[in-house]
Amino acid sequence: MLEIDQVSIEYPARKGPPSLALDQVSLSIPAGEFVVALGASGCGKTTLLNTIAGFIPPTRGEIRLAGEAVDGPGSDRGVVFQKHALMPWMNVVENVEFGLKLRKMPLHERRRIALECLNKVGLLSSAHKQVYELSGGMQQRVGVARAIASSPSVMLLDEPLGALDAFTREAIQELLLDLWNESQGVFFFITHDVEEALFLATRLIVMAPSPGRVVHDLSMPFARRYLATRDARGTKADPEFIAARERVLALVHQTSSTGMH
Amino acid sequence: MNSTATAVTKPAQETTMPPTTRPAATASAQATAARRRRRPRNYGAPGQGSTWLISSITLVALLLLWWIATGLHWIKPLFLPTPQATLDALIGALHGQTQGDTPLAQHVLISLSRVMAAFLLAVVTAVPVGLAMGTSRLVRGIADPIIEFYRPLPPLAYLPLIVIWLGIDESAKVTLIYLACFAPLAMASKAGVRSVAIEQINAARSLGASNWQVIRMVVFPAALPEILTGMRIAVGFGWTTLVAAEMVAATAGIGQMVLNASNFLRTDIVIMGIIVIGVLAYLIDLLMRKMEEKLIPWKGKM
Repeated sequence: MLEIDQVSIEYPARKGPPSLALDQVSLSIPAGEFVVALGASGCGKTTLLNTIAGFIPPTRGEIRLAGEAVDGPGSDRGVVFQKHALMPWMNVVENVEFGLKLRKMPLHERRRIALECLNKVGLLSSAHKQVYELSGGMQQRVGVARAIASSPSVMLLDEPLGALDAFTREAIQELLLDLWNESQGVFFFITHDVEEALFLATRLIVMAPSPGRVVHDLSMPFARRYLATRDARGTKADPEFIAARERVLALVHQTSSTGMH
Repeated sequence: MNSTATAVTKPAQETTMPPTTRPAATASAQATAARRRRRPRNYGAPGQGSTWLISSITLVALLLLWWIATGLHWIKPLFLPTPQATLDALIGALHGQTQGDTPLAQHVLISLSRVMAAFLLAVVTAVPVGLAMGTSRLVRGIADPIIEFYRPLPPLAYLPLIVIWLGIDESAKVTLIYLACFAPLAMASKAGVRSVAIEQINAARSLGASNWQVIRMVVFPAALPEILTGMRIAVGFGWTTLVAAEMVAATAGIGQMVLNASNFLRTDIVIMGIIVIGVLAYLIDLLMRKMEEKLIPWKGKM
């Protein structure tokens, strides 16, 4: 259970009152949910993710994971970044096992886990390549493998597919749903792509800017439908999916335009 | 398929093209061919491409000019000896025929060991100091004014002070070169800390890294490219400083050899010494570049 309790984030402004990046956001996310935060830029979705990750302390309010207040980053929350943030001085498998190495796990054990994770993301054959030899999509897969290697209870994904081409993007979307289904933990995923949001989310949070806040909290059936049918195209071509897409697009448009002035 | 396609297009061309344009067409074809033979002008970045051949020709031309100018006695040997005399000076120096009777190899060895001792000392001290400056406000606050003050000073400006403090033996020269190497290396290491992406630090933290682990396993390797650039600059600066210092106060070393030869108007040894100093500096830089390739193969790739 991940609880976001009345979290506000203020950034000091050069002049005048501090700017409010998040305004009293409250969410309660039980294990096994795939939460997607959707919104135009400036709505505070990355700020919210960074706060859950522990990179930013909340100005007011609290974040609790399994009842305990979050105080700084920790390996119970895996993060996948917009830019992969891999370490080029380590090869692929060393990047994946980095977190385990930090915890002083013996080499043979952490190597076994890292290779298992690489296998899950379909990169076992690239384990001993250098990260700069991989394509953008493969690098992002390594980033995912690195995060799941520590078996976190929460996965935080900050627009991880934003820079990828459409085909790679769809393949990794399906991979993420499989990993989520297998882990039964919380996935918290940020995007500004409505179709991606609808496909992945079991719960869709629409955010609005200035100040950043949650304006809609919707339940979505399509991720589970995909996992049952394994038919991504069929799921996305379904009239119900298209209707939901138009509805959510209208919501996002409405909420972001009211915040413009 | 192919033959029918040409069969269709050929008559079409012949009907649309008046016979008078034929010679013009071949002329323009010739013009295109000529244009193709010439180097393309408007593609890529200006000035790109290898300069290896041009540089070699320049070197050969300079040597040739030297050879002609001295061979035809345009310049007196006192001011510029012939290439042959310079080569003879080199061979002589290798056998110890210099003013101090010290063989060239020994001069070079003494100079190199001074630079290397001071440089290694600087690497093991300046890199940690620079990293500490980049990662700690306190250390940066303390070290910044000191380094920023003495860094732009020419080392020869504080050489007299070092001579007063330490005398004129090896420790004075090693200290001088050490100080010359320290500042650029510390500055490069400090700047290197800036080149680590905040995402990389956050990634390490979210995987459970402590502050110290972040510095050791993320900040340091991320700063390595800049540190190595700093090392290249530092060793080059150290070499220049050394040769200058040896000309002020030394009993051996390549700089002293040159200065001593000039006192006896042995221009051939002076020229030979200058070339040796330059070639050694080039070799040191080459070594540093090879080290860069080995240690940071990812440089410029991410």
